[in-house]
Amino acid sequence: MLQDQDRIFTNLYGMHDRTLAGAQLRGHWDGTAGIIQKGRDWIIDQMKASGLRGRGGAGFPTGLKWSFMPKESDGRPSYLVINADESEPGTCKDREIMRHDPHTLIEGALIASFAMQAHTCYIYIRGEYIREREALQRAIDEAYDAGLLGRNAAGSGWDFDLFLHHGAGAYICGEETALLESLEGKKGMPRMKPPFPAGAGLYGCPTTVNNVESIAVVPTILRRGPEWFAGFGRQNNAGTKLFAISGHVNKPCVVEEAMSISFEELIEKHCGGIRGGWDNLLAVIPGGSSVPCVRGEKMRDAIMDFDYLRGDLGSGLGTAAVIVMDKQTDIVKAIWRLSKFYKHESCGQCTPCREGTGWMMRVMERLVRGEADLEEIDMLWDVTKQVEGHTICALGDAAAWPIQGLIRNFREEIEDRIKAQKSGKLSAIAAE
Amino acid sequence: MLRRLHTEQPDSFAFSPANMVWAENQISKYPEGRQASAVIPLLWRAQEQEGWLSQKAIEGVADMLGMAYIRVLEVASFYFMFQLQPVGSVAHIQICGTLSCMICGAEDLMAVCKEKIAEKPHTLSSDGKFSWEEVECLGACTNAPMAQIGKDYYEDLTTDGLRQLLDDLSNGKVPQVGPQNSRFAAEPDGGITSLTEFVNGSIKLNASAQLATDIGDTVKRIDGTEVPVVQGWEDQSNGGAAKAVGKDASEAVAPVAKPAPKAEAAPTSSEAETGTRPAALEAARETGADDLKLIKGVGPKLEQLLNSLGFYHFDQVAEWTADEVAWVDANLEGFKGRVTRDDWVAQAKVLASGSKT
Repeated sequence: MLQDQDRIFTNLYGMHDRTLAGAQLRGHWDGTAGIIQKGRDWIIDQMKASGLRGRGGAGFPTGLKWSFMPKESDGRPSYLVINADESEPGTCKDREIMRHDPHTLIEGALIASFAMQAHTCYIYIRGEYIREREALQRAIDEAYDAGLLGRNAAGSGWDFDLFLHHGAGAYICGEETALLESLEGKKGMPRMKPPFPAGAGLYGCPTTVNNVESIAVVPTILRRGPEWFAGFGRQNNAGTKLFAISGHVNKPCVVEEAMSISFEELIEKHCGGIRGGWDNLLAVIPGGSSVPCVRGEKMRDAIMDFDYLRGDLGSGLGTAAVIVMDKQTDIVKAIWRLSKFYKHESCGQCTPCREGTGWMMRVMERLVRGEADLEEIDMLWDVTKQVEGHTICALGDAAAWPIQGLIRNFREEIEDRIKAQKSGKLSAIAAE
Repeated sequence: MLRRLHTEQPDSFAFSPANMVWAENQISKYPEGRQASAVIPLLWRAQEQEGWLSQKAIEGVADMLGMAYIRVLEVASFYFMFQLQPVGSVAHIQICGTLSCMICGAEDLMAVCKEKIAEKPHTLSSDGKFSWEEVECLGACTNAPMAQIGKDYYEDLTTDGLRQLLDDLSNGKVPQVGPQNSRFAAEPDGGITSLTEFVNGSIKLNASAQLATDIGDTVKRIDGTEVPVVQGWEDQSNGGAAKAVGKDASEAVAPVAKPAPKAEAAPTSSEAETGTRPAALEAARETGADDLKLIKGVGPKLEQLLNSLGFYHFDQVAEWTADEVAWVDANLEGFKGRVTRDDWVAQAKVLASGSKT
């Protein structure tokens, strides 16, 4: 188990002093100017060496992403935009950073912006997080008052402004180009890529969009060295990670753990076990609603990192939002609920997604009741394949994958239900 | 989902004075010509003030930002947090119904809403105090099931707990926000498994609940006086090298410059040329500078700005002609139009004579 001295978010639960003074006591804002004075290339090399992969779901190497930003300005300013639009069902980790350990994020924003030659950074927080916004704004004000932001921020010689912006309840704004559209005051409809944001992002200027957690871990990595961070987790899956475990565990929680921890250890150490014991485990969605579900029996020994969950289980780590479902759960209905979510959140720009999410939801609705033909399972599979990969952004894919995961893992459950309905016997399975 | 303007609309909308100050402050977060970026924060504040978004509020925000009405309407109808119809006078209850909450009992919570408020969402209860809806994931999944009421999250809810909450709110009581069981925040219930040395026993509430208690505005309509506006952004952003570059570049890449906000009194297009520059002093007279902050609407930042323009005394301000007022209005970077809006000249005349405003 990860030791407390190796945890980055030492005030994750907010039980310690949440002010700047408290953050400094816990080691944040220590030698920030010194880090910046080592230069842009040094910071990016250290980040690459640390092996940090983006914490927003896709797992793209953070250092590499930063290196895409132009080294010389062509007259346009560069921007860092921090994606705090945490809306992926199951995910509630960034909320804890922003309300309880906000200075990790603010210090990270300064260092990351410097590494990308950005004098301005916007944090886009989801609209529902109103208190979190107030908490973060207070911390930003504190940092300005202490000279850690603004001109010659933290005595580094770098002028830096940090602004907090918020959305208004659209999941799609977590997609980076939709977020930029929203930040420009428009409907959050994703943009075609290319051009990528590093070429033309916010206001047509070079922009990098990073997740809150990706930015908030930066100062600690640079202070303690990339070797320290890379020492956790398997090759290519470095670091510590915030896990948010919800659903049918005895004690749901958010916790920072080492990458590549086993699922069993994670659940036993921090969540008080599965409700009703391990034999009662039905299915797990290991990385937020967009990744396919995995059957319970395959999960117990699973290694919680990007490569294992994708390569060995055909799922993904995503945002490390673990949704646990026990055998009292109606798994078909659970996936229907996600289909409903994606239908609700489709921005309506691309036809396959706008129409497809509705079709999928309506078929799922009938599957929940078993009012369908067996052939329709394959038809639904086919529809998911027509949506997947045929849209501007990944919301189409994200809507398709949970259903594909259901059909792959629980086909017999759907079939039983259809057969029971057909034979007029509302057996126990259907009623479940 | 069709989202349209409500059939019955109020005749007017205006931000409260404090909300207006707040709104102008928000606009200053974005580079010149990019005021449209502030549309979501401004619409949200309008909703916080009124409870829901009326056509007049949408139009008012559009005017402030120099945006076409349709552009603001499409934003208002795209984002689901904007309520386009009246909500309960006390509170609008938003139950999270997405997966983690659903499997932890959100459907039972919605049954309570149907029973106690109205059968259908977005419908007022018979006494007009409440309305409710099912919303998508609110991002507090480890504290499922939960609901957002006003500004706050009520987590780890039970059906009885929700009933009690509704009764309390109905009786004018403000319930304790945050987890409704023994939990502090998102830690494992009944004892933390990590970070045991980072516990300060004197902290009784998590950050969200503490703010709700301190500010005391959980279900209140927001008039802008709850949280003081920190007048800092203008100062920090205008001098920086980044902003200077930003302005040039945004002009270079964006052929369509946004028109100046219509609500501003002074034209802002050709700033330096507008009006006549009033006589200025090199420094304050030997008697010392007057406390310009006594003029209502002038804070420390504005006083600094005025000093930097060479204005130190009430009698200077009192003597400005209409032409000179126009110049100052146009040159108060970040505070354009304030001289006219708050009638500084009249105020300064009173102050210069030794009386109080």
